[in-house]
Formats: sequence, C-alpha cells, structure tokens
Amino acid sequence: MSLLEILTYPDPRLKTISAPVTEFDAKLQAFLIDLENTMRAGPGGVGIAAPQVGCFQRIVLLDVSSKPKIKHHGNLVLINPEITQWEGFEIGREGCMSVPDYTGNVIRAQYLHLMAQDQHGIQHEYDMEGFEARAIQHELDHLDGLLFIDRLVSRRHDLFRRKVYVSIQTQPHLSSEKAIDR
Amino acid sequence: MSQWYMLTLVGKDQLGIVAKVTTALYKGGCNLGEASMLRLGGNFTIMLMVSYEGDNKQLYDLLKEVVRELNLHLHIDVIEGHLHQHRDPEVRITVHGADRAGIVAQVTSVLTEAGLNILDLESDVGGNTNNPFYIMHIEGIATQGIAQLSQALQQLLATQHPDLKVQLEPIETLVM
Repeated sequence: MSLLEILTYPDPRLKTISAPVTEFDAKLQAFLIDLENTMRAGPGGVGIAAPQVGCFQRIVLLDVSSKPKIKHHGNLVLINPEITQWEGFEIGREGCMSVPDYTGNVIRAQYLHLMAQDQHGIQHEYDMEGFEARAIQHELDHLDGLLFIDRLVSRRHDLFRRKVYVSIQTQPHLSSEKAIDR
Repeated sequence: MSQWYMLTLVGKDQLGIVAKVTTALYKGGCNLGEASMLRLGGNFTIMLMVSYEGDNKQLYDLLKEVVRELNLHLHIDVIEGHLHQHRDPEVRITVHGADRAGIVAQVTSVLTEAGLNILDLESDVGGNTNNPFYIMHIEGIATQGIAQLSQALQQLLATQHPDLKVQLEPIETLVM
C-alpha cells in the first residue's frame, strides 16, 4: 500500500483543470487503490479528488458513510462526474487536506443529481443531499481547479439563515403573547 | 530573532486606516499574523499580530507618525504568539432579544459552567434608540458536550429570560 503526496495550497498545480478519463485500464485500477488509501489516511477521510495528488484526471472518491444519521450512497468511485441538476442552498463549514489549518463557510446546493462513471466506465446516476451533496461539490471543484477558499462567505455574518437544529425556547406562557388561531 | 507583538489600535473610523497602518509596518520590516479589524460604534478597531525583530519602542516609532495623523490610540504588548493552531468551533449559539443590561454576562456565565470554550463572539445593538435589540453570535468548543449547553440555556431562559430568542446548532465541519 502506498500513500500519495497531497498537494497543498498555494501550490499552483491545484488550479489545473483536469481532463476526462478515457482509459479504464489496469493502471487506473492501481491508481484508485492508492488514491483510496491516501483518502482514508487523511484527517477527514471522506473524499478525495485525483488532482489533490497531482493526477489531473476527472476522478473523485467519496465515502461519507462513517457519518451517522445521514443519507448516502456508501463508498463511491466517481469518474467524469457531472452535476446535472441542483436545488436549494445551505451554508456549511469546510476544510480540506490541500488547505491545512483553515476552515471556512461555503454555500453549496442542498440537493443534486449527479451522473458519473464507475471504475469500469459504467454510467450511474445519483440523487444526493446534505453532507454527501456538499462533499461531491467540494471534490468536483478540485477537478475544475477551484478550492473551497475560492468560494468563502464571511465568517462573521451569515448571509443566509442556516438550518436550525435546536431552538431553545420556553413554553409560550407570556401573557403578552397573542393567542394563536386554531 | 523575531518576536510576536499584539497591537491594539482604536480611533474614529475614517478612510485608509488599515492601508496606512499596515504600510508603515510593512516598510518597517514587520510581518503580520492573524488579525481582527472592525468598526464598532463609529470607531475602527484593530487587533493585530505582528512579528518584528526590533523592540517595543522601535515598533512604536514605526507607527508614531501614522498614529498621530489618524488620531489613533495604540497599545503594544509582547505576546507568546503561535500560528497554525486554529481550533474548529463545534457549536454556534445565536441570542437575540430586547436590549438590556446583563444578557452577555448571564448567557456566557451559564455557558461557561456548562463547558463552553468561546472562540469567537460578536455582538451588536440593532433597532433604534427607543427599541434597541441585542444580538450575539458565539462560536466555541463544547468541552462537556452540546446537550449540556442546551440544557443550561433552557434553564436560563425558563428562570430569567423567557423572551430571549436563543438558537444552538452544532457546526459540522466537512473536512475533505
């Protein structure tokens, strides 16, 4: 097993636009194994794009299954991936192996439809949402020479209301409160 | 051998403060680290990490002219500074309600007891003179878990501030 070297910002090679994969040969299969090992060894370990290791081909690995209570498609090899539809937007915080010691807020689509080939060149389609959708958008950006720091929104001011997980409120017992029509 | 300094600069907001201050530092051989710069109540405030080979007095002299020109208050501290040691917040708390004394003290006191380490707090007074409202965003690390914080806030609201609106959400950082 070999781990590949991760390019880190400001390495200019991270701006390269990657080329489509055309050969689904043994060389590709061997590279996918190394790429997966490299992904799993990383701090997040949930996704990697080939250009992050200096291979400028449209290859993404994704596996957000370690995260509890989310919808996902398990361990994915996504070759020549393309988002064909997206919907909604959400702010979330992202970090990246190629951008050490920095995290920031990025707006991403909440739902998307993705078309991609697998390691054998067979075309698949996926409907993704939430964390998995965010992850593929982050990785797809790498294929187009973009990092999440190219898409930052202010840390200080939320431009959009975030999804509320817990609203801490007491029971509406205030006398001044208007009665709610039922 | 460089030393880290923390510079605090405050003055009436006007055009060019950042450019003039940082140009003077750059020309004097300083290297800037992490910084927070923002307008607070018509003042412009700067907290700035500066790495510099000279001493406190020499650093002061670099800024003397620009500080006089812009009428800024300058304070310099020698600090033990480290870069590349960011900690990611785990939780974000938003509080807002009619402005009154004690919101920050009471909210942060119960949060501290429940294990919140604050990394970032920003607050503002909105509305108008007759009806001011207070709004605060806190990001931090929940050293005793998020449930503890939620419970502590719930209790505070139930006993003292039923009209405050408080939201608590985990910050999930997607590290790819």
